[in-house]
Amino acid sequence: MNNTPDVDRRARTVALSNRLFYICLGIIGGTYLLLIVAMLSADAWYVAEKSVRTAVAADQPVKAFFLSNPIAEALADRKIKYSIWLSLISCTLSACLSLLVAVPLGYLMARHEFRGKRFLDAVLDIPIVLPPLVVGLSLLILFQFPPFRWIARDVVYQLSAVVIAQFSVACAFAVRTMKSTFDHINPRCEQLAVTLGCTRAQAFGWVVLPVARRGMMTALTLAWARSLGEFGPLLIFAGTTRMKTEVLSTTVFLELNIGNIEGAVAVSMIMVAAAMVVLVITRQWGTRDSIL
Amino acid sequence: MGHERLNSVTTRLVRDAMIVIQNMSIQSGEFRLTDVELTVPTGGYAVLMGETGCGKTTILESVLGLRKITSGKILLGNRDVTQLDPAVRGIGYVPQDGALFAGMTIREHLAFAMLIRRASKSAINARVDELANLLGLEHLLHRTPYGLSGGEGQRVALGRALSFRPQYLCLDEPLSALDSKTRLQMCTLLEDIRRRESVTTLHVTHNLDEAQQLADCLFSLQNGKIETLTTLAE
Repeated sequence: MNNTPDVDRRARTVALSNRLFYICLGIIGGTYLLLIVAMLSADAWYVAEKSVRTAVAADQPVKAFFLSNPIAEALADRKIKYSIWLSLISCTLSACLSLLVAVPLGYLMARHEFRGKRFLDAVLDIPIVLPPLVVGLSLLILFQFPPFRWIARDVVYQLSAVVIAQFSVACAFAVRTMKSTFDHINPRCEQLAVTLGCTRAQAFGWVVLPVARRGMMTALTLAWARSLGEFGPLLIFAGTTRMKTEVLSTTVFLELNIGNIEGAVAVSMIMVAAAMVVLVITRQWGTRDSIL
Repeated sequence: MGHERLNSVTTRLVRDAMIVIQNMSIQSGEFRLTDVELTVPTGGYAVLMGETGCGKTTILESVLGLRKITSGKILLGNRDVTQLDPAVRGIGYVPQDGALFAGMTIREHLAFAMLIRRASKSAINARVDELANLLGLEHLLHRTPYGLSGGEGQRVALGRALSFRPQYLCLDEPLSALDSKTRLQMCTLLEDIRRRESVTTLHVTHNLDEAQQLADCLFSLQNGKIETLTTLAE
């Protein structure tokens, strides 16, 4: 049976419209994707171009390409070595601290109804929405008051300030992740464990935590990545003293300040690599299907 | 038939193990149940019937202690357990969805309650073997719940509930997600268990066939009121 011309025309319009719809979605989404890839490629290109230029000018081009490129030079720099190590250690510490707080807090928020819960929920978002500089300034001001003032000398502009500044923001992200993890775990399992004779703590430890392992890994890596990128609060609360409170983000800032763009880009590339490793690990552990 | 069953059960049971709900009221948001009265005699198998959403599960959860009641009393044997934590009520519970513990093997499911009670290793192993044999789970002991069939999952949930030799058993639609053949097998299994384990059972369902096959007291919950349809004496 033949369709009437009207139906044919309508079918063509629908098909065209559907195609246009997906083309629009693709273009809009693609633009952002392109921006991300272009930014990283520009960094990589910049470093590669510098490396090639150094290599061409040198007596031994191949050796110079591998040993005198901006990244190799940055990695050889004593100050930058220090900042890499401090970043790794402080990020790991603040991520572990974040998880330590996020697990109980996330569980409480996911499982229990109590007065002021909505308010608490909003408060937990403050570090996420607050401008980073304000977080740093608020920390600095907080340590003007007792009991914090009593230990201010050992904290402000010291190593511990780095971890506190990173923790104060990263923890909020970890709490969000843990809350949604616990939200997705069937509360019936804990209830059942309780009817089998468990205390709440036993039910949590034996039944909930083993299932929440992946969520905990995601929260940990997310907190770690946030800590690595932390700069505003650090600048104000921990300072930018070389070989003391200098982490990778501080290094980028300091190198830019003295006009060493190559060094700044090289350190940025190191951070990109670290973030990529974390991203891959998260995906690998967080979901069954890896991104590679 | 109910009479004979009760007699054989009571001779084995020294202690009184009735489930009694007295004058119970529950309020949860818009939902409300008032003046619920229900008695399951020692060793009896009570089935509570009712439409979906009428509050059967709510009643079961109150007996288990998972839901707070606004007024009334719940007695297990001679004990008033109204304010008692679910952990010390000693009721085996099989929920509708099984709620098996992901990541634990079936052996660990059956051993869990005994482990919490710090039973000896030999006692735990003996009980696990006994339950695996009773429920036909021997070949599954090393597996995790992932990929179990509906019937297998419910048998594990039943084994876990019975593992600590409770005097009381609460079953929440344990057969509703099963196909008719598996359902029939499970019914036979439940009857078998009642004979061997001598537990006082409260079973909630909306299926009349299931109720008639298993119940020696049959209750129905309609419009917030419990009606007794059959009792042991009849």
